[in-house]
Amino acid sequence: MAITTEFKPVIIGFLCNWCCYGGADLAGVSRFQYPPYLRVIRLMCSGRVDLEFIFRAFAKKADGVFIGGCHLNDCHYNPEGNYDALGNSLIARRILGQIGVNPERLRLEWVSAGEGTRFAEVMIEFSSKVKSLGPLGASEGVDVADLQAGLEAATQLVPYIKLVERERLRVPVRTDEGYREFFGSADFDALFQELVLDKLTMSRIMGLVRTKPVSAREISSGLRLDPADVARHLNDLARQGMLRFDGDELQAATV
Amino acid sequence: MDPHVHETIAQRPRRPADDNYGDVMVVGGGISGIQAALDLATAGFKVYLVEKTPTIGGKMSQLDKTFPTNDCSMCIESPKFIECDRQPNIEILTYTEVDSVEGKAGDFSVTLVRKPRYIDEDKCTGCTVCVEYCPVKIPDPFNQNLSLNKAVHIYFSQAVPLVTYIDDSCLYLKDRTCSICMGVCENKAIDFSQVPEKVEIKVGAIVLSPGYETFDPRIRGDYGYGTIENVVTSLDFERLLCATGPHEGQILRPSDRKHPHKIAWIHCVGSRQLTPGGNSYCSAVCCSYTQKQVILAKDHVPDLEARIFHNDIRSYGKDFERFYQRAERLPGVEFIRSYVSIGREIPESKNVTIRYATPDGVREEEFELVVLSVGLNPPRDAQAFAQKFGVELGPQGFCKTNPFNPIETSRAGIFISGAFQGPLDIPESVVTASAAAALSAQLLQSRRGMLTRERVYPVEKDVSEEEARVGVFVCRCGANIGRVVDVPGLVDYSRTLGNVVHAEESLFACATNTAQAISNTIRDKGLNRVVVAACTPRTHEPLFRDTLREAGINQYFFDMANIREHCSWVHSKEQEDATRKAKDIVRMSVARASRLEPLDEFALPVNKTALVVGGGVAGMTSACTLAEQGYETYLLEKASDLGGMARRIHYTLEGLDVQAFLDDLRKKVYRHSSIHVITDATITQVAGYVGNFTTTVKSKGRVREIRHGAAIIATGAEEHRPTEYLYGQDARVMTQLELEAKISRRDAGLAGVHSLVMIQCVGCRQEDRNYCSRVCCSGAMKNALKLKGMQPEIDIYVLFRDMRTYGFREDSYLAASNQDVKFIRYEPDDKPRVETVEEGGRSFLRVTAADPVLRRRLALDVDAVVLSAAVIPAAGSQDIARMFKLSLGPDGFFQEAHVKLRPVDFAAEGVYLCGTAQYPKHLSETISQAYGAAGRALTMLTHDTVVASGSVCAVDSVDCVSCGACISVCTYGAIEFEDTPRGRKAKVNPVLCKGDGLCNAKCPTGAIALKHYTDDEVFRQIDAALAG
Repeated sequence: MAITTEFKPVIIGFLCNWCCYGGADLAGVSRFQYPPYLRVIRLMCSGRVDLEFIFRAFAKKADGVFIGGCHLNDCHYNPEGNYDALGNSLIARRILGQIGVNPERLRLEWVSAGEGTRFAEVMIEFSSKVKSLGPLGASEGVDVADLQAGLEAATQLVPYIKLVERERLRVPVRTDEGYREFFGSADFDALFQELVLDKLTMSRIMGLVRTKPVSAREISSGLRLDPADVARHLNDLARQGMLRFDGDELQAATV
Repeated sequence: MDPHVHETIAQRPRRPADDNYGDVMVVGGGISGIQAALDLATAGFKVYLVEKTPTIGGKMSQLDKTFPTNDCSMCIESPKFIECDRQPNIEILTYTEVDSVEGKAGDFSVTLVRKPRYIDEDKCTGCTVCVEYCPVKIPDPFNQNLSLNKAVHIYFSQAVPLVTYIDDSCLYLKDRTCSICMGVCENKAIDFSQVPEKVEIKVGAIVLSPGYETFDPRIRGDYGYGTIENVVTSLDFERLLCATGPHEGQILRPSDRKHPHKIAWIHCVGSRQLTPGGNSYCSAVCCSYTQKQVILAKDHVPDLEARIFHNDIRSYGKDFERFYQRAERLPGVEFIRSYVSIGREIPESKNVTIRYATPDGVREEEFELVVLSVGLNPPRDAQAFAQKFGVELGPQGFCKTNPFNPIETSRAGIFISGAFQGPLDIPESVVTASAAAALSAQLLQSRRGMLTRERVYPVEKDVSEEEARVGVFVCRCGANIGRVVDVPGLVDYSRTLGNVVHAEESLFACATNTAQAISNTIRDKGLNRVVVAACTPRTHEPLFRDTLREAGINQYFFDMANIREHCSWVHSKEQEDATRKAKDIVRMSVARASRLEPLDEFALPVNKTALVVGGGVAGMTSACTLAEQGYETYLLEKASDLGGMARRIHYTLEGLDVQAFLDDLRKKVYRHSSIHVITDATITQVAGYVGNFTTTVKSKGRVREIRHGAAIIATGAEEHRPTEYLYGQDARVMTQLELEAKISRRDAGLAGVHSLVMIQCVGCRQEDRNYCSRVCCSGAMKNALKLKGMQPEIDIYVLFRDMRTYGFREDSYLAASNQDVKFIRYEPDDKPRVETVEEGGRSFLRVTAADPVLRRRLALDVDAVVLSAAVIPAAGSQDIARMFKLSLGPDGFFQEAHVKLRPVDFAAEGVYLCGTAQYPKHLSETISQAYGAAGRALTMLTHDTVVASGSVCAVDSVDCVSCGACISVCTYGAIEFEDTPRGRKAKVNPVLCKGDGLCNAKCPTGAIALKHYTDDEVFRQIDAALAG
């Protein structure tokens, strides 16, 4: 007899102490029911959520990551860390998309300590979303090990992203619209592509090349990249002396 | 002596009957009483907090949200309950009433009657098993009788004390036919043998904070309340809105429990009414709370149609005007200025009709629900209450007060706090609470610290060289967790986790005896990390941290696994999944606990000197209060004499002489040996932090540095200089303050003024100054009445938008109206016009305005025009804000730490706020706030040290690349560069760090870390969560 086990996702939740964690508490006090998939990590501020936390959770095969903070302009802290959470989540979604993780698996919501109902509703909705996506890799149609390699590359890039963000990607207006506009703009797209995503791709190529000599075709199929992009990056990498062509195959340059 | 008894009375002489001996009794445990008790206890006094209901919390606990921020009321109030509960110098006596009071200031003897709650408070753990089994259902008073509760129940779920009480409807109490609760209570806490108990307590001062009652519309019956089902009061509606209300936050109308889609609100129910049974005064809070309810109702029911029938809209408080606009602009919401009457109930639909006047005649409209915005009455038993305490009541039935000291009653040593002085909103109640605390402290200052206790803990064991030895304590929480989660299974599982050396379950981990047992186990088993799997750390972490301290290990070695709010309560139907999740949660918690590091909460010395910036009434009052209690105080004034704006005010609405008061105050300040006045002062620099500021002041060519522990900002406000209505062009056009000056010096020019027009809202309630200046309507009434008193024949016209004579000031509006002052309303898009006219050899001012009632333009030919000019922030506020690291609100006034509950604190610790620097206000409000600010400053200055949390950021300078990312994200200014032999490195000043950890997330090299929430600790949690 075939046993069909129901898929029960695991969602890692980073909740700020002052608002969302309180909202989760209130949902409990009010006995609002929601699916049992969330595993909560309490932080003082949603702005404390590091890009690395997100990548780490997915690398350890979380099926979803949830970040919950105070409503914008209601942050408990003077520097309004929830705006940073917003910026970080928008950056993380781009990167996740690039390495093949469905960005829908990452969710950011504002829930106040008084919104127990809302917390439960958000949990019901996000749980069903993650459930419909299936285990990590399923909706992506990608082997988890490949996603993990991408997440590893992304993690390596986090210090660089932090520097770049500060130098080049500063959001001019600290409002919800300001953030959405900035991160939705064509300028940002181009800049982010150049500053971060290209770097990420090159780092993934290098990751692959370092394991064994591979061909350009193998790279583009292995990393699901456009062959033209691969060619561009290979040229750049070769010019930087990071790798060398050995006939049809590529090898990492030994230092 | 048992070495584990840790509460000792340190270095205090014991007095006779120590148990019933205190410093101050606070009567009334609403938000105001709570704040007064907390401030006093923190400042070194032993407080008895007496409350007649079964829990502290008062009316605020029944509110859903609070205006104008729509903060959840219970969420912001309940942490104060816990603070009271844990404060060793507050004794909370609930279900207790005052029987009699004898003695005098400094030596009162109060007899209390403790009503039997038939529950042993020490044994009850609040598990509510008895409630579940109780067969008697009663209307729930907390939910305004809109839902049912049991004869035994907890008043509300966050109650303090969190214990049940038994209502008179109990079957055992009636005829002894039931005692199920006794059978099911595992702790044997039910005690039907209790009888009323008299207790005598001696205190030196009393603070009265009995609050208010809402107006009961049933008495007159003219709004159908109590007879028409779908007519509710605003307080009923608060419960309907609330998630903990009768329908879990669904707005369902009483008749059929359906969502109403068309709701009417009726303003001024019981207020501003001269008919018998009503109150002549304005209740001051209803306009804004109605707007709040409209906004929230629209949130709940997006297609809601709302009509608000109102008189003047009195949005006179900080940010109220914007709040009103927010409500008014919602789709489907209509504010209608009209008197109304309830028509009838439609038998089939149970809808209610309302009749109201429109320009086209009377209209009758049907609504699915009608909300009565009821006013505030004095406490029900005010008369008897006042008699017991020997204090006088005013004509409105509230406590009689002195406008120059609204905190004092007619009896020395008895002070008032909160709405017992008349209708007040929450922040004002909190301010008066701190003020009452300050004045009580002043009376009793010689005994400060004599009766208070400090907790003494054993010396902390150094476990840094030990392996992590984790103990896991799983709480059943009665049945709350145990019924859903397999607790024995969870305990067994915990034992299998790495580093866990002990695991056990308990019925209630938080019960006092269990906490003691945990403490013993930590010692006996040599535990150095503790995980309690129970409820939320937001309420219980402090308790368990304390338990660790009592066991002699660092309190930061504790982690709480929330398996109740986040598990058993929200997955109650999925026991298997809930148990699996509980295991995950405990596994995560153990992983984290194993990595926790000991942290120090360091004590910083407090400089006992205070600095007050601004030498007006606010600053002088604060300075006197601090100096009287023995604190050296520097008072800075930018002008060359003290007095501020009050120098231009000559009499109050009540007719008191302001200049005489001001002279006395000024003399007192100049003569006080502990007050150092510096006039012509300019602050050039402020350095330091709470307890240790250094402020550089320039005065008359001399520069000096003042070291101080606290600062009070009392920089005041200014009168706007109008640019319209011929002001500055025609001498007959003047501001209210200029008129007041003329009146007070009996200016000869006034004799020739036989008619005048006052124009309200000049320079405010408009786009560039989107706020109401609060004081001008009453100010206009004050001057109009004064003029009428001088020359009764004078014609006075007041052109207004909304008359905002809130609270008891309404009486002056009424008096003016009775003395034939004419009121003509104008709309902001059709402002009055003023022109000079020469006609028939006479020169006069012609004011034209549209009269919306008569629907025609009026031309008023008068001898003078008086402009009620806006109150604007003082020049230089921005500099002060920048130097002290304070924020300004959108209108340029100083922004307090929390609009509702921290109205005189700043987010920056050690700096406090009072007077018109915060927002325009009347003299008596300024005085209250000045006492309040001083009271708050005293809660800090009375201590030798301030304690800073151990969970702050720190830099590993080896990894720091001095990129400055952390510095730019920290708006607290807690991080600065420091020159080191290895170059410039970031350095955290732990005193200023608030522990948000933003810098940690921004640092590219991981050099800066937020202690207690380090990357490593979080990584462990992530890994453990996914290792199931």
